[in-house]
Amino acid sequence: MKNVIFAGVGGQGVILASKILMEAAMAAGYDVKESEVHGMAQRGGSVDCHVRYGKKVYSPLIEKGTADFVVCLELLETMRKLEYLKSDGMIIVNREKIDPAPVEAGLEKYPSDIEDWLKANVGKHLVLDTKAALREAGSAKALNIVMLGALSNYLEFSDEEWASAIRALVKEKFVDMNLKAFALGKGLVA
Amino acid sequence: MPKKVMLGNEAIARGAWEAGCRVAAAYPGTPSTEILEAIAADYREIYAQWSPNEKVALEVVAGASVAGARSMAAMKHVGLNVAADPLFTFSYTGANGGFVIINADDPGAWSSQNEQDNRHYARAAKVPMIEPTSPAEAREYTKLAFDISERFDRPVIVRITTRIAHSQGVVELGERTEVEPRPFERNPQKYVMIPAHARPRHRFIEEQMPKLKEFSENSPLNAIEWKSKKRGIIANGVAYQYVKEVCPDDSVLKIGFIWPLPDRVIREFAEGVEELYVVEELDPFIEDHVRALGYSVTGKELIPILGELTPEIVDMALNKKRPASDIPAYSSKIPGRPPALCKGCPHGYVFEVLKKLDVVVNGDIGCYTLAVLPPYSAMHSQGCMGASIGMHTGFEKARPEMAGKSVAVIGDSTFIHSGITPLIDQVYNRGTGTVLILDNRVTAMTGHQDNPATGVTLMGEETHELDLEMLCRAVGVRRVRKVDPKNMLEFENVLREELEAREPSVIISSRKCILTK
Repeated sequence: MKNVIFAGVGGQGVILASKILMEAAMAAGYDVKESEVHGMAQRGGSVDCHVRYGKKVYSPLIEKGTADFVVCLELLETMRKLEYLKSDGMIIVNREKIDPAPVEAGLEKYPSDIEDWLKANVGKHLVLDTKAALREAGSAKALNIVMLGALSNYLEFSDEEWASAIRALVKEKFVDMNLKAFALGKGLVA
Repeated sequence: MPKKVMLGNEAIARGAWEAGCRVAAAYPGTPSTEILEAIAADYREIYAQWSPNEKVALEVVAGASVAGARSMAAMKHVGLNVAADPLFTFSYTGANGGFVIINADDPGAWSSQNEQDNRHYARAAKVPMIEPTSPAEAREYTKLAFDISERFDRPVIVRITTRIAHSQGVVELGERTEVEPRPFERNPQKYVMIPAHARPRHRFIEEQMPKLKEFSENSPLNAIEWKSKKRGIIANGVAYQYVKEVCPDDSVLKIGFIWPLPDRVIREFAEGVEELYVVEELDPFIEDHVRALGYSVTGKELIPILGELTPEIVDMALNKKRPASDIPAYSSKIPGRPPALCKGCPHGYVFEVLKKLDVVVNGDIGCYTLAVLPPYSAMHSQGCMGASIGMHTGFEKARPEMAGKSVAVIGDSTFIHSGITPLIDQVYNRGTGTVLILDNRVTAMTGHQDNPATGVTLMGEETHELDLEMLCRAVGVRRVRKVDPKNMLEFENVLREELEAREPSVIISSRKCILTK
């Protein structure tokens, strides 16, 4: 059983990333379940998707303390998902900060110690700078796919399996760009 | 059979299509919206429409059923309140073509004003209700609902919750079976509910209940999975999945037939285990029934009545533990990321002005309800679809001096849903209040659906574009002003004038949603 959380801010494409992972997992013969957030939470709020695949999956939600991977498209959102991570689980996070409304309004502060804290407390973590990859891919909207590419280094699916999952879920005219973004994301992990 | 990863709501649309459904209607409402969207996008054999509200949707579907076609309405839990009037009487008139209602509850109130448990409606309206535990079952149960409806001459409710509607899973796909409409026969004794007809129909449905109960007793939707007999757990919906996840060694009774409940199956299970538990979200619906059958059972003492369940809540409640992690808690404060109006949202200009004038705002349901939060903090009452205008009139009747210091604020789609009758009420009963219709030309909150004011149907056809200004004038409002809220100075001046006017007035704040082209 693999448990993966994708998290970010409404509009970042968290749901598409999780759908591609599900497609790849189903094509590889696994049972798959996922849970996502619609509605009110999408108006610029926090968004997450839980994806689980394995021989047989019951719960569509990941139990706290059992996530193998937390993949975050925004730095702060990682910190809301910490309690889901298992002891030897891995955090993969984009180094981008998006100020929440209370920070923009000057009512609260964006914590400045997140990267240091992860370094000190989470054995397996990657803080990725995705800017160059997104420039090369040609669209900032491909962040979700870049992050999926980074994650792919740690999952069992082949490049071919990922590519056909992307083809199945992305509009045809964006397929090449997304395949490129995926490869660039994969390359971000040394 | 081919398989596909599908959202619970998409699986319901698929099930309806496979079952030969011909007519579907809904009003958008999270977490049910994607059902009709999926039908309109992928299953064009089904005629699909957005209705102005859930009551109309249910009536359209009832009409289609009486006319002989397999038909389906979909709505969120509070939508069934709006449609409760037709529900209770269409329970008497029953079905001709299969008559299915999809009801999506929202434990946790992710996107709703309350957490009501609509299982009570099945019992109260004497309507059978079934509930899937996964997207795969959502497809299967929706198909079955049409069969049950036709077999027992009853509308059938398929209940889902947010965590089924908005979760994805592997769904096996079948083909569509075309079901020709059944003949329509004029039968006023069945379809015209004057008291003389309603009384025998009531008798008929009471006589149907034991037959339905027998069907429930034998239905594979209720399934005992024997394991250790030390502990037995009864569960429904997504809670069943959590139980299977965290209590793999316990015996489980899955309840898929919510109403009528299968007494014999429950007795067999209760008598086969040493300790009996019920794990269900929201109210103790199954638990109370089990207790009434004479069994001692543990339920709401352990399982929260509030909010949504999660695997860790069920794990802690039943096993007194959950998986431990060495990762410490982060001690700095994590700023919240509440949803907010988009940058450049037309509602934002309106609420800037309302905040500046410091008026009391009777609000309504839509994106603009977010104005209750900072930075606007400019909404002071809100309850259900359309309530703003009636509450505004009530304010004025209780405190006449408030008329010039308060407004009702309602979106275009919500106004059409249930704001027109309270506006008629205000005019009829000599109110003098000011109503702001925030006309952004879309049903935005639920994801940008069309409505009667957009001039486009769910199936993408052009249609009459409802003229809100003419409508307000027709009900007797003489002062109707249309203003672009982005011109805040003008908007403020108009608002001041209308607050002072001693007669009913409507200001149509006219600007398209920033997210639409």
